[in-house]
Amino acid sequence: MTTAPSVVALKGVGKTFGNGVKALEGIDLDIRDREFVSLLGPSGCGKSTALRIVAGLTEPSAGLVSWRGRDAMRPGRSGDIGFVFQDATLMPWTSVTGNVRLPLKLRGIAASEAAADIADALRRVGLSDFANAFPRELSGGMKMRVSIARALVTRPKLLLMDEPFAALDEITRFRLNNDLLGVWQSMDESGGTVAFVTHSVFESVFLSNRIVVMTPRPGRIFTEIAIGEPYPRHESFRTSASYAAYCRKVSEALHAAMNAREDA
Amino acid sequence: MKPSSPPNGMPRERLIRFVLPAVTLALGIAAWDLAVRIKSIPPYVLPGPGLVLATLIADWSILSASLLDTLITTIEGLLLALLGGVGLAVLFNQSRLIEYSFYPYAVILQVTPVLAIAPLLLIYLPQQAAVLACAWIVAFFPVLANTTLGLNSVDRNLADLFRLYGASRMQILRDLKLPAALPYILGGLRIAGGLSLIGAVVAELAAGSAGAGSGLAYRIAESGYRLNIPRMFAALVLLSIAGIVIFALLSLLSHVALRRWHESAIEPET
Repeated sequence: MTTAPSVVALKGVGKTFGNGVKALEGIDLDIRDREFVSLLGPSGCGKSTALRIVAGLTEPSAGLVSWRGRDAMRPGRSGDIGFVFQDATLMPWTSVTGNVRLPLKLRGIAASEAAADIADALRRVGLSDFANAFPRELSGGMKMRVSIARALVTRPKLLLMDEPFAALDEITRFRLNNDLLGVWQSMDESGGTVAFVTHSVFESVFLSNRIVVMTPRPGRIFTEIAIGEPYPRHESFRTSASYAAYCRKVSEALHAAMNAREDA
Repeated sequence: MKPSSPPNGMPRERLIRFVLPAVTLALGIAAWDLAVRIKSIPPYVLPGPGLVLATLIADWSILSASLLDTLITTIEGLLLALLGGVGLAVLFNQSRLIEYSFYPYAVILQVTPVLAIAPLLLIYLPQQAAVLACAWIVAFFPVLANTTLGLNSVDRNLADLFRLYGASRMQILRDLKLPAALPYILGGLRIAGGLSLIGAVVAELAAGSAGAGSGLAYRIAESGYRLNIPRMFAALVLLSIAGIVIFALLSLLSHVALRRWHESAIEPET
């Protein structure tokens, strides 16, 4: 895994907001091809800010963000980046198809041309039968699937997810975790890199092959933990001894990260 | 938890919503009729409802022509208010400089009583244009204010998503801001419908004082001068009905446009 080429690298990235709040400091992070990286930390530790900086939605105050093949991949019309927010963030005035089509529409791709990609994205999240439904007709979990389908429709090289399942009940979250891993593994050769922000130790262990543990504000990287469990990971992994061992290890790291800030 | 209403609860409640106002109206008319009969009030002071209805039928040719005039002015004023209100709001939204330069004057136009502006407009503009201008002045502000609010109420994450995908200003306006503002625009339009009628009536009254006019408000003024009180009432009834119909049509338009997605137009589940 360590030999895989870098997709995006943050070097010494810091962010201080206009009101003087220092959200991030000295972030060095290399996200590599086909990785599933989780940024884990308490609320307010700047992990969402880090994700927004990667997406180009927030400018860093310090440091550099560098892309593999800078011309070939950067935020913008290319659709190389997909973003899933904590809320489904759907347009309520249009159907599921209209929502999933959005990134293609903004790139000027005609509806007829986009139809196959939309159908494929909906199939991958299990919503083929709901193409004509409106967001209000869907459950919270289904709305999040639409949001994921919208992020996948451009076949992004990098999928950024900002606590996408935090607002869902546990049963739905487990199911979406399983489905997300399925989607990730089905992403084609050119894509398949995921950066996932969460404050759940259990979720990060189940999904990731690398967990980046962050300290409270200002967010710094405290440590990185590799999760060596092979994919595909099934529901049985959740009840396995190795899962429990990883969760304990990550919890201890998170606890130490919290204390590290208190000591500082 | 047990359901608190039977499965047919909704239709019954809907029925009550129509029946109760109708009963109130019928009782009001009956009381009016009774008072006129018992007190033997002469028709030039207060005509009974029967006489008003009879006048409405007898004078229909004059009153319907005037109604048509007033309605045309009202609808033209409303359409101009829609164009002007939404257009200005979009301009304000696209440029802070334009907003800062012109918004205070839109407010001034709104807070100055149209009754005071109408005589001036009648001096400077042809009569029909002056009446239309009054209808527009009164009606455009709710559309402008509501549309401005709607355009500024876009979900921040959705706006970020549009930025992430490199959307142009035009795409953000067309595909994000205007659809998000639609419920607000339609809300403003519903208020503007009634106001446009009021603006037209005020201007017609002002024009009527100058001795010219053809709308319903002019008929009211003219009948007043002639002490033809039953015709005054008949014209008033027509104005009220026109206002109700305009409001109902705009509410229907709003319901049809929003029924699949906006909370305001979604029927509660039974």
